[in-house]
Amino acid sequence: MARVQFEHVYKQFGKVEIVHDISLDIQDKEFLVLVGPSGCGKSTCLRMVAGLEEPSEGKIFIGDRLANGVDPKDRDIAMVFQNYALYPHMTVFDNMAFGLKLRHFSKPEIKKRIEDAAALLGLEQLLKRKPKELSGGQRQRVALGRAIVRDAQVFLMDEPLSNLDAKLRVATRAEIIKLHQRIQTTVIYVTHDQVEAMTMGDRIAVLSGGNIQQLGTPQELYDHPANIFVAGFIGSPAMNFIPGAQVIAEENSTFIILKDIGRVTVPSHYVERAQASVGRNLTFGIRPSHLEDAELISSERDLESTIEGTVDVVENLGNELQVYLASGDKSLIATLNPRSRLKSGDKVRLFVDSNQIHLFDSDTGQTIF
Amino acid sequence: MSTIDPKPSSIAATKTARPSREVVQVKERSSTVRSGILRGLSNSTVTIITILIGLLWSVPTFGLFISSLRPASLIQSSGWWTAFTPPWQFTIDNYQQVIQAQGLGQAFLNSLIIAIPGTLLPTLVAAFAAYAFAWMKFPGRDWLFFGIVALLIIPIQITLAPVLSIFTTIGITGSYLAVWLAHTAYGLPFAIYLLRNFFGSLPSDLFESAHIDGASHSRFFFNIVLPLSVPSLASLFIFQFMWVWNDLLVSLIFLGGSPQRAPLTLTIANLVNSFGSNYEVLTSAAFISMVLPLVIFFSLQRYFVRGILAGSVKG
Repeated sequence: MARVQFEHVYKQFGKVEIVHDISLDIQDKEFLVLVGPSGCGKSTCLRMVAGLEEPSEGKIFIGDRLANGVDPKDRDIAMVFQNYALYPHMTVFDNMAFGLKLRHFSKPEIKKRIEDAAALLGLEQLLKRKPKELSGGQRQRVALGRAIVRDAQVFLMDEPLSNLDAKLRVATRAEIIKLHQRIQTTVIYVTHDQVEAMTMGDRIAVLSGGNIQQLGTPQELYDHPANIFVAGFIGSPAMNFIPGAQVIAEENSTFIILKDIGRVTVPSHYVERAQASVGRNLTFGIRPSHLEDAELISSERDLESTIEGTVDVVENLGNELQVYLASGDKSLIATLNPRSRLKSGDKVRLFVDSNQIHLFDSDTGQTIF
Repeated sequence: MSTIDPKPSSIAATKTARPSREVVQVKERSSTVRSGILRGLSNSTVTIITILIGLLWSVPTFGLFISSLRPASLIQSSGWWTAFTPPWQFTIDNYQQVIQAQGLGQAFLNSLIIAIPGTLLPTLVAAFAAYAFAWMKFPGRDWLFFGIVALLIIPIQITLAPVLSIFTTIGITGSYLAVWLAHTAYGLPFAIYLLRNFFGSLPSDLFESAHIDGASHSRFFFNIVLPLSVPSLASLFIFQFMWVWNDLLVSLIFLGGSPQRAPLTLTIANLVNSFGSNYEVLTSAAFISMVLPLVIFFSLQRYFVRGILAGSVKG
């Protein structure tokens, strides 16, 4: 069993508190992604699992055993570093064998493990080379191979794709996912890239300022963000936020009024929460992909939920149009069907998919719906 | 050299996503500046001037070398440049005399006996100490390092009298042990400083990776740090060897009473006292003492240059 648990973990460096009351339960064989902006404490959490740092307070359990104070080499973990950390004077084979030799594995056993890992990662031809003779992608695979041969119960990965170019990153991402399916080990993966988090994680923990903002599956985080930070962090292009929203309750329906921008009907399952929030400072949120050009909508759809504005820039990506518009005093982004005929300077009316709207408390940042 | 933070965050990794346009523009700008200067000076002119200056500087040394190969009588009566006209009277008598009769052969051996342990010992001790300062945490580490580097300021002349009296008390004055200990102690501050800079410039995730793999400090030191440090160890070896080989003061003070153990420097100094105007003896002695440092320098030259830069440029 390779569960990893954080129990009310704090970490201070001198006077600065980097990690603030983190409690996390990572399941066996789960691929958990820790994601967040720079300085949010995600690498620190990873290093505390590795044993390279000790928590200032709180407990960490690896495989149901208390890990506090246990030396890294006794924790049965393997780590892949952002800069690969390969030993420059050793061949690929020796790099992968180093940890096994220190643990007194027999030569035939070492050879077998390395050959298996090399076959898995396509490194068979490279075993005699030194790191300086390898490309970035190959070095990253050697770093992965070095972790795999250890057959540890937890894999820790600290932004392993950050030093690769964009195309290689996409390819290596898929390789890591397939690898995880093959070797079925618990993986804790740290990244600042929300695309990596969304595509790779079974669950994602979004961190900011040393706190977990939300823990959930990629779809949960996308559809139901817990606060403004998560809503704005997950998804690209980012969600549109319009502060100063007003909730108006009329006889048959409830509306959200966005001054100088538009009006949105609140769907019935959200009406209660919307009405309870009257009087608070509210921020309205809608993702760019949930807006559509009203010209392209047939008349049966509810055209009461609309936003109006003037087009600034249109970016044609082939399969979609990214439209930047000025509305009221805000800049909004909409991802529209490429059939739309919009050009810079046009006045536009956008249909808002009211089942996908979000409302946040502007003061606390918490989600209302 | 500037103080280096012993735990830098990353190796110079393959940088990604830098627009190639920028790199090309920077290259163009600097080559334009350079070609501007060169256009003004003309590459070949600079080269010729440099060669001429080099030749000019070498003339006195060359003259001494020729003198060392001429018979004594000719040296007294005519300048060395006349040796290039017939009759050519070159001889190796001077060298033979100096090696056998004046005991320079023995002195050469003595220099080796002093220099080799006097280089290996400080290198060894400094390597261990530098590793501890770079990669181990212990209370007072930074203050201790500061103190050791501060010792560089102290001129050795101040220490000669007290150290000599200590050595005499324990009875090692006049023996090789005294010189070895003295050279080790005098060489350690610089050696520890140089090596600690280099060791500290190794990326910290290398250490962390080895730590997770299960390497203890001594494993990490012998299996990873030392193999990667060969350039800086070699450059330290050269620095220290040159210093010990050319040293007169330490051997004069601590070995002065034992002429049979005198190194080259001491023996040549005595020759100057007794043969002040006999160029044939002095010049041949001088060139004998130069041979070994020249050989070492030229064979390990690339490490020397790398060693100077070690710690200031990563990798």
